[in-house]
Amino acid sequence: MTSFLKELANEMSVTAAAEVPGAAPAPAKMAVEHLNLFYGDFQGLRDVNLTFPENQVTALIGPSGCGKSTLLKTLNRMNDLVEGCRVEGSVLLDGADAYRTLDATDLRRRVGMVFQQPNPFPMSIYDNVAFGPRSHGVRAKADLDVIVEESLRAAAIWDELKDRLKKNALGLSGGQQQRLCIARALAVQPEVLLLDESTSALDPISTAKIEELIGQLKERYTVIMVTHNMLQALRISDKTAFFLLGEVVEAGDTDTIFSAPIDPRTADYVAGRFG
Amino acid sequence: MSDGFNLRLRRPRPSVVACSPTLGALGAVNLMPACFAKEDALEAHIARSSRRRRAVSVLLRWLTYAAATVTAAVLLFVVGYILVRGVPALTPDLFQWEYTSENVSLLPALASTVIMALLALAMAVPVGVGAAIYLVEYARRGSRFVRLVRVTAETLQGIPSIIYGLFGMLFFVTACGWGLSLLSGACTLAIMVLPVIMRTTEEALMAVPDSYREGGFGLGAGRLRTVARCVLPSAVPGILGGVILALGRCVGEVAALLFTAGTVAQIPDFGGQGIFALFDSCRTLAVHMYTLACEGLHVNEAYATSVVLLILVLLLNAAMRVAAQKMEVSKK
Ligand SMILES: Nc1ncnc2c1ncn2[C@@H]1O[C@H](COP(=O)(O)OP(=O)(O)O)[C@@H](O)[C@H]1O
Ligand SMILES: [Mg+2]
Repeated sequence: MTSFLKELANEMSVTAAAEVPGAAPAPAKMAVEHLNLFYGDFQGLRDVNLTFPENQVTALIGPSGCGKSTLLKTLNRMNDLVEGCRVEGSVLLDGADAYRTLDATDLRRRVGMVFQQPNPFPMSIYDNVAFGPRSHGVRAKADLDVIVEESLRAAAIWDELKDRLKKNALGLSGGQQQRLCIARALAVQPEVLLLDESTSALDPISTAKIEELIGQLKERYTVIMVTHNMLQALRISDKTAFFLLGEVVEAGDTDTIFSAPIDPRTADYVAGRFG
Repeated sequence: MSDGFNLRLRRPRPSVVACSPTLGALGAVNLMPACFAKEDALEAHIARSSRRRRAVSVLLRWLTYAAATVTAAVLLFVVGYILVRGVPALTPDLFQWEYTSENVSLLPALASTVIMALLALAMAVPVGVGAAIYLVEYARRGSRFVRLVRVTAETLQGIPSIIYGLFGMLFFVTACGWGLSLLSGACTLAIMVLPVIMRTTEEALMAVPDSYREGGFGLGAGRLRTVARCVLPSAVPGILGGVILALGRCVGEVAALLFTAGTVAQIPDFGGQGIFALFDSCRTLAVHMYTLACEGLHVNEAYATSVVLLILVLLLNAAMRVAAQKMEVSKK
């Protein structure tokens, strides 16, 4: 099993060989520093320090309930909507403090989010994609047409949907709905894309399509994804952070985390998933 | 969407035989002759209990049939009785624009009913829906204020309408000096149905999954836009249900209106007095029926009125349903 793992990791490091030791690290698009988060009395995150390099895919892994979704929701301030949620420390987007200097609405436009369950609105496919741009003041039909087409193309679903843009989005299959949600998130031209177990509710074929898509998206966006699927993290992420009970146990290059983790708990978790 | 749903409905049920405990036990007997006696006892037990269960379920099924039949029969009897007594009494006389004690025309009351109900809803729906939106979407969930408002609304829903009538008389008729009038009556009705509309809207909003809200906020939309575009459309059918309920109560109300709108049997004179016609007294169909029946001289006309009232309610309900469907279709 471990040799299989090593092989996979080697393949990974060959394809992601751009990073020579000693070379300047990729610039951080987002970073969190000394982040503590509380739900009332319960501490959900403990002194989390992480950087998310630009144009790379960072995977957050860890057992259920360890705070992965919580961290993701902190990055675009969706936690603001949760009663009794308190955040200490800082979240930086391009060096600007997301909680103190940036406006929540603007932050959420720049840091888009795709959820675990596809959640298209009960309206047409076109209106779903146009929802974000319209919210931010784009009104002209011609502009919206362009945005809708480009977003659907970027989410690799234009060809499937171009003839039924006026149909209700709820009629699509789960995989199509999820890619529509990705298109919807891309339509507001975000800089960072947060994916919270976005393939866990989908069949293997849809999952493969979305994984391929994520590989393409990182050329233009910074991607941060939560996954329960170790192989998926290995396949598509550049960096991995392993969480346990609200703490980051270990973070670094994906191949290192999977092939030569420093912390024994990381090793156990990663190996347990394979064994 | 609908195709998938139908498919699911048409899929054949798993065969009853395959999961019958008796046959399962028989199979076990064949496989395990060694413990035959034990299995035999078990089989008998299973057969007995499944016979008993089947008898109970047949009994329950017949009880539900009986309940459904009684309900339908009562409804049919009431409607049938009203139709039999009322339809022959429907004469052209009853549809004169002017009410006189000769023709006891119900047309003015019909017009007043529509005006009164619409006026009451025009006041109650925006306030009720707005309040519900505030409570569900804006106020802190489960806060003491929200709970207080909810309990109050529930209590108000249970209060007999005559108490609203008394309040309306003391407040609108006397204190505001509006007299027995369309406006006093409509305001009283509006207060009466406000909790109904508010509670049903609240339920409808709470039934909308949070994922729609997350989706809206996640795209950087503000709260107003998220509520208006992502949440409200899904709640519209539920809200319309509440409005239909409220409409029914407005149209059927007598007690509250006797005290507040009076019993003048003419259409408020909007043509002649413009907006001041709001201060005219008028009677709705239900009040009209009540007075006819009380006076005892025109009992058949009272039945005729109830036929018209019945048709009016059916028409209004149908109109609301069509409106709801239109909204559903335009979403597709
Ligand atoms: N809204 C909330 N209120 C209180 N506790 C919460 C809330 N959301 C999450 N938690 C708690 O925070 C911890 C982390 O949750 P979450 O981030 O969803 O985990 P993960 O996504 O890693 O499975 C869990 O123990 C969970 O019970
Ligand atoms: Mg989660």
